[in-house]
Amino acid sequence: MPPLLARIEGVGLLGPGLLDWARSQDILGGRSPYRLQATVLPVPEGLPPAERRRVGQIVKIALAVGTQAIRDADANPTDLASVFTSSGGDGQNCHEICRVLAQEDRQLSPTRFHNSVHNAAAGYWSIANGATAPSNAVCAFDASFAAGLLEAITQVALEKRPVLLVAYDAAYPSPLDEKRPIADAFGVALVLGPEREGQALSSQEPSRARIRVSLADAAAECLTDPQLESLRASIPAARSLPLLIQLARREPGRVGVEYLDGRSLAIEVL
Amino acid sequence: MSVQNSLTSVQNSATRAQATPASPLLLAHYTAVSCIGRGRGEILASLREQRSGLAPCTFETVTLETCAGEVPAVDEERLPQALRDFDCRNNRLAQLGLRQDGLAEAVARSAARWGPRRVGVFLGTSTSGILQTELAYRRLGATDGALPDDFHYATTHNSFSVADFVRHALQLEGPAVVVSSACSSSAKVFGSASRMIEAGLIDAALVGGVDSLCLTTLYGFHSLQLTSRLPCRPFDAERDGISISEAAAFALLERVPESVDSNSVLLLGVGESSDAYHMSSPHPQGLGARAAMAAALQAASLEPGAIDYINLHGTGTVSNDAAESQAVQALFGTSTPGSSTKGATGHALGAAGALEAVICALSLQNDFMPGGANTRHPDPALQIEYLLRNREGPVRNVLSNSFGFGGTNCTLVLARAG
Repeated sequence: MPPLLARIEGVGLLGPGLLDWARSQDILGGRSPYRLQATVLPVPEGLPPAERRRVGQIVKIALAVGTQAIRDADANPTDLASVFTSSGGDGQNCHEICRVLAQEDRQLSPTRFHNSVHNAAAGYWSIANGATAPSNAVCAFDASFAAGLLEAITQVALEKRPVLLVAYDAAYPSPLDEKRPIADAFGVALVLGPEREGQALSSQEPSRARIRVSLADAAAECLTDPQLESLRASIPAARSLPLLIQLARREPGRVGVEYLDGRSLAIEVL
Repeated sequence: MSVQNSLTSVQNSATRAQATPASPLLLAHYTAVSCIGRGRGEILASLREQRSGLAPCTFETVTLETCAGEVPAVDEERLPQALRDFDCRNNRLAQLGLRQDGLAEAVARSAARWGPRRVGVFLGTSTSGILQTELAYRRLGATDGALPDDFHYATTHNSFSVADFVRHALQLEGPAVVVSSACSSSAKVFGSASRMIEAGLIDAALVGGVDSLCLTTLYGFHSLQLTSRLPCRPFDAERDGISISEAAAFALLERVPESVDSNSVLLLGVGESSDAYHMSSPHPQGLGARAAMAAALQAASLEPGAIDYINLHGTGTVSNDAAESQAVQALFGTSTPGSSTKGATGHALGAAGALEAVICALSLQNDFMPGGANTRHPDPALQIEYLLRNREGPVRNVLSNSFGFGGTNCTLVLARAG
């Protein structure tokens, strides 16, 4: 079995108390304290004004972290294949649709309907960036980050081309949030490039590390910082934090991120 | 144009698209349930009769003037007691699919051979069990506005629930994921599964699609004025929209063994691309569709002339069929026979790709090309060889298109082993 190797060429991050990847590395690396504050979502770039107004939180966070990651990687989004993974998609939009459909008059807004597809963020990303490369949109409930990483890294390893991975979630409004609590919006994006022969180890450069991914029997480990652990456990896309922390520490190591059946995906940062 | 030139031009237009798998895979088993039948035998018989399963929509409390392809008796399906939290129309339909043609038994044999951790599950759906949430919103608590206690989000509403249900029902423990890219979902799972097999993570994959009728899609497509009042008429000069339907379709993918029956069906190529044009309209010239078809041909190492039959996406909207015909014409010219089987099956949305892969497999194994049901007067502006009647004759290689909202495109190439 060929090793599932990739080079991390760029990172994007946005979440509660995590303003972007550049400003989060010291926090995640344990060099400055983490302070919980609500996620601040930027206005999406690249979309026409009408579209900008129509998109929900989920599209905003996906586009924001994707843009960060391609800038960090100095990558051209036009040619970049992508994998979008979310545990549930646009909860606010879903709530509005279900609310209207429960009424006597079931007049749905056409925009709400086309925004309801799980691949809405992928579609808006491709439109905003003129990205005609293939794009996938996947879901594996709480294992969505790991499943997206597996989808992305198999593409990178087999097809020898870079792939943008975007994992993102946002909270449901009431009453769905009582059945599916998601603490806040969280997004992470990785530009993964194919491994090249003879490349120097580079864990000193957090955005330029190499990773090796495999299926593991062990459960994903919990984080030692209680606040970061609470964040990891309360938003599916934040299940990526063990990897981000390892990258921010700028040292090699092995972490586990939550996958299916209480098992994990082992990620070695080389 | 010489073969070499034609191949080069195909490859040029495919440079940004993705081509999978590196080597062919075997459809070791396959089946489907749709409004035209339960299992391969009934579906083939309906196709041979050019029978449409579309009828005026009487689903649930829907009051729209539209036709739908409802699968009979889905709600009579009872899930095992241990999996009762998964109970919803989508998972009932999934179970109905697993019970056809010995599919579950074939998966069990594969799991026994390779081990349950070496069999993955890759399913497409667009709406999963959202109907359960639509119904629950009618029963919100009078004082607290809360959802009822018997509503289970994770195992019904969530997109992953169908894959989770299937892996529990079949006791599979390999990698699993749901692809939810609107109407290309269950074509794209063939690509994801192929890569996992090729990467050595698994030895077999259950791929497929399950999508069931719900109010979101019926009222949603109506709000976009994309549904027809009549049974849909793909590629007809008077086509005026889609007919929404439901289906469950499955295929078991494995590596091709050293000796294989000549009548077996192989997956030769998967091609994927994005339009980057509009959320709910295709690129007018079908550039993304063309790139996906070209990538699938490249993966299959076939030139366009080698394709005997094209199962068109052919939804029956004015713009979709116009864009697709331009893409097909640009790659294939005007003489490759094609049809949309959505006049018979309706548009099963996230299950359409897998359902049409099953129809293509039936076409290959029976040397039979289905004529498009309902279509009477092919649009003269759409210059492709659209089959109005069934055609019998050797079918070696077929191509199937699936395109979706968000500009997502996926094409499969399937072939007979010998």
